[in-house]
Amino acid sequence: MGFDPAWLGPLGRGLILTLEITATCIVVGIVFGIILALGRVYGGRAVSILCSLYIQFFRGTPLLVQLLMIYYGLPSWGITLSPFLSGILALGLNTAAYQAEYLRGAIQAVEAGQLLAARSVGMTKLQAIRHIILPQAFRLVIPSWSNELILMLKYSSIVFSVTLLDLMGAAKRIVSANFAYTQVFLVVAAFYLALVFIITQLLRLLERRVRIPGLGTNAERP
Amino acid sequence: MSLLQVENIHKRYGKEEVLKGVSFALERGETKVVIGPSGTGKSTLLRCINRLTPPDEGRVWLDGSEVTAHRAEINELRTQIGFVFQHFNLFSHLTALANVRIGPVRVKHMKKDSATRLAMEELERVGLGDKANAYPAQLSGGQQQRVSIARALAMSPKLILFDEPTSALDPELIGEVLYVMIDLAKSGMTMLVVTHEMGFARSVADEIIFMEHGVIVEQGKPQQMFCAPCHPRTGEFLNKISELYGETA
Amino acid sequence: MPILLRGIAINIELLFALLAVGLLVGTVVALLQVYGGRVLGTVAAGYAWVFRGIPAMVLLFLFYFGPSQFGLDVPPFLAATLALGFRSSAYQSQIFRGALQAIPQGQMMAARSLGMSRVRAIVSIIIPQALRLSLAGWSNEFSSVAKDTTLAYVVGLNEVLRQARIIQDRHYDLAMLAYIAVALLFLILTYSGNFGLGALERRLRIPGLSAREGGG
Repeated sequence: MGFDPAWLGPLGRGLILTLEITATCIVVGIVFGIILALGRVYGGRAVSILCSLYIQFFRGTPLLVQLLMIYYGLPSWGITLSPFLSGILALGLNTAAYQAEYLRGAIQAVEAGQLLAARSVGMTKLQAIRHIILPQAFRLVIPSWSNELILMLKYSSIVFSVTLLDLMGAAKRIVSANFAYTQVFLVVAAFYLALVFIITQLLRLLERRVRIPGLGTNAERP
Repeated sequence: MSLLQVENIHKRYGKEEVLKGVSFALERGETKVVIGPSGTGKSTLLRCINRLTPPDEGRVWLDGSEVTAHRAEINELRTQIGFVFQHFNLFSHLTALANVRIGPVRVKHMKKDSATRLAMEELERVGLGDKANAYPAQLSGGQQQRVSIARALAMSPKLILFDEPTSALDPELIGEVLYVMIDLAKSGMTMLVVTHEMGFARSVADEIIFMEHGVIVEQGKPQQMFCAPCHPRTGEFLNKISELYGETA
Repeated sequence: MPILLRGIAINIELLFALLAVGLLVGTVVALLQVYGGRVLGTVAAGYAWVFRGIPAMVLLFLFYFGPSQFGLDVPPFLAATLALGFRSSAYQSQIFRGALQAIPQGQMMAARSLGMSRVRAIVSIIIPQALRLSLAGWSNEFSSVAKDTTLAYVVGLNEVLRQARIIQDRHYDLAMLAYIAVALLFLILTYSGNFGLGALERRLRIPGLSAREGGG
């Protein structure tokens, strides 16, 4: 009962795909999340409510349901997307909702006085948001977003169910041929743990780099 | 045989020795007050007496039983020593009554009704009978401290240790706690009190112990300590405090 | 529609089963981590790290397919309960641990000074307070895990998502509607869950005590 080193090849490729997917969906999530958060906080009543509904939907329903909805559901309405696109979309839209909430919290945590001070110097609201509020909010939100990144890394494993050959998909393919479930999946688990560990450390470095002395992020990573 | 015998207590925190050989005794019914500059180990001393902080060296006897003995029934002994904390430390999830009652019920295995009766008695004794069902967060500092005294009393201890009981209180709330303590002392309870309240020390203490830098500098009757101290440091300290509180030595 | 309802019933069953496992194991792990001394504490912390770091999918596969290699046949429900339950226990242990550590030292000191043994103090004084402090975090875990029950789909459990797939296979054009229906069911589930837990939190709240303070 051993582990065939030949499996490392496909697993390695799967790993890379996992990383690609995670990175892409995080980027989508960040960009879209920022838009949503800004819409929620600074948009008018209608925009705010719209964003809020979106956020509540994507946070209140399971990720897997969202994925299957896009991959299997949309075709019945005439829209067919590739597995890769479906995966990115599902993960990206989902994480955007969570990131929007974190950012919203961070924006609201930046003191009201900052905005007043900026306006009193003559900045327009837009300038104040861009130069004063957002830079501070971004620093406050880093721990939550780091958390999201790790979470997405792990949840990216669901894309195997729409035939993508990420780490999980590659593993499944291997075991369907030779039933060595335990060995393969233990190795896969180890891969994920290693990834989580490395990325956590990198994120910690990033946090430290960007920290402003005295301005607390209230979550010192446990 | 003294009720409380403390012998040669040493305590180190890292490199710093906070208690450098403290010894004294307390007789039944006596009230002794420990005074001295902050950070000289007074609180640590109290916690060593009931072994909340184990001393590095030295021994403590309560009524003949050695508290510091390796095999001592420490939980049993602690039921005989009451402890009143500077920050009250009431159990925040329990009402005042439940706070006072939990010791007798859980530790002394008293029946709930008798314990409730006992708890109410003690609460009335400290003047808080009407606050039995209030939670600590709903009480003022002075009220919380009085409940904590009631909690200590409910265990029928042989002696009560007070660790700066009024230091965390707003000035106008200090009085209500001191009154309870004076009452207790007069009723014959054996008390060891660490405090800055000179008025209390002068009027109620049988003896005052002055500590500095982890040692007892001088101890004696209030009259003597205040008017004719032997040690120059004692005089200096007392004068400083008296000035601060606007009293004359 | 009725098919979907039967499916979601399975999800709910799974939810409570795995939360129970998670609560039991999580509490033990948290207590070990805080009070267990160096060795046990590190083991507990390690357990929590491992079971949080491994994706739920991988755990499901390990618990469901793994035993089959050794001739053991594990029913999907049991596999899902164990896999997701242990995972939840890791998250719950961290919530509970945070609560335990948030309780001021003075509470333990006061308990000991009354003559309570360490165990008695933990049981009567520390844990009741920690449970209350944990409610907020636990609420999050509930929502999170409720949604994760759909992952059991991959081990063939007859839960709601599988039912939706069945509908999709039989009535292709109803696929999207089926999924939307599932989504709505979950929205209802998570909202009622949060609502219920919020009500519980209000009922258990100590008057005057906020989550930060420890009563003097």
